[in-house]
Amino acid sequence: MRQPAQKFASLPPIHLDRASTRLADRVRRMSGTELRGCYQCRTCSGGCPFFQAMDYGPHGVMRLLQLGQLEELLTCNTIWLCVGCHTCSACCPMAIDIAAVMDALRRLALSENAKVAEPGVLAFHREVLRAIESYGRTHKLEIMLRFKAGQKQWFQDFDVGLKMLAKRKLPLLPSKIERPQDMKRLFNKHPRHKQRGIGGNL
Amino acid sequence: MTPPTLFEVSYFPGCSLATSAQEANQSLKRACQASGLLLQELDDWSCCGTSSAHALDDELSLSLAARNLALTPAGKPLMVMCPACYKNLAGAHAKLKEDPERRRDEERRWGGTIDPNLRIVTFLELVNFLRRLAEMGAVRLPRPGKEMEGLHRIKVAPYYGCATMLPPRLRAASFRPALMTELLDLLGAEPLRWALPNRCCGTFLTAARPDITTPLVNEIMQAAVDSGAECLVTACAMCQLNIEVRCDLPNRLPILHFSEAMALALGVKDHEGWFKRHLVDPRPLLKEHRLIA
Repeated sequence: MRQPAQKFASLPPIHLDRASTRLADRVRRMSGTELRGCYQCRTCSGGCPFFQAMDYGPHGVMRLLQLGQLEELLTCNTIWLCVGCHTCSACCPMAIDIAAVMDALRRLALSENAKVAEPGVLAFHREVLRAIESYGRTHKLEIMLRFKAGQKQWFQDFDVGLKMLAKRKLPLLPSKIERPQDMKRLFNKHPRHKQRGIGGNL
Repeated sequence: MTPPTLFEVSYFPGCSLATSAQEANQSLKRACQASGLLLQELDDWSCCGTSSAHALDDELSLSLAARNLALTPAGKPLMVMCPACYKNLAGAHAKLKEDPERRRDEERRWGGTIDPNLRIVTFLELVNFLRRLAEMGAVRLPRPGKEMEGLHRIKVAPYYGCATMLPPRLRAASFRPALMTELLDLLGAEPLRWALPNRCCGTFLTAARPDITTPLVNEIMQAAVDSGAECLVTACAMCQLNIEVRCDLPNRLPILHFSEAMALALGVKDHEGWFKRHLVDPRPLLKEHRLIA
């Protein structure tokens, strides 16, 4: 295996230009947080519970952003594995809301039609939104059934589902709001999350 | 005996407490009743937006949260039980407070008013408020072993998950990172120091990437076991469920909701429905400590 230093030595140099500055400005506006303060102390990645599963830790995303690496940012799995627990945002010595940066990049990835590194996560989010649109609240049983079916993972977590059903933790019928028309109206104004097929072939 | 009502708060339960974590909702209501708090559930509340709306569409997320804020009557605080709902609702409220134009848009959309000065609190903050009142001599709090049953010094690992990890925007709120620990101590338990009280449980990745969440919750459970705790106590229903569902260690401790622990300490007796809904049955442990019959 090549050493990281060699790997990076063979890559062409990054030229910072107007486009990279514009990207940083855009993400700064979307996230409402100041990115330039990041000096790569890596406290965020040290605290992130999902670091090991990520392409880049949160500190890597911040660096890519400063270097204007749009494509790398929008296609990395980091922005989809971030659950918004805010451990990074709470620990950052420069008070950068790193989780808000992840939110901004995820939305940018959707609006730019970037390849989604974790289609399963996106598919799950869409099932949740679908339930909210129908009932005004989430309905775990339906979300999980539709999600597992969409992923063709019919039997994964079958045992977990049965255990939860036995403990009556998965009500069969959804808890609904009394004015479902409220949700119809709102979701009709926000069709953005539905633009592409559920989960796959992105 | 039900004490007189000290004050009223509006109450947002959230989807988990209405469905998969009904035991948390029931014990919360009983714990509040026993300590003089009157909860007024928001009429026709809807989902706060969850991580999913937040992840895909910030405008949608803000409007979903705003619907609930527009349903909230002015003049009393809004208590939000779930830490994730709290982040969404309090975050949306902070944005709408800064942006009066957007606030008016949302008020028109939902046909209600959004009070820019509404105070949004977690359950732990609310209980802490009671404690502060007691310190000022305004009310008397029961003492464990004297006026209340207490938790018989059961060894607990207080598990906060990401509840203490607030984005900079919300950090000014009077949030105390060790609040649950202090309150468990007051309620007569023995809260322990342990390694991972603030480790995120993985939230929704439990559905799409169980291969990531299982090692994570195993690490949390093992840390609690290593500290010598007999159970975990958590303020978040999602953490409670995630750890129960995804932990595959042979030695698993029961996980109580904070509201269950508080209700037990205050001597609430109608708890049959709560503990049988846990995937790791806490009843043998609670019997051993003579907390339930």
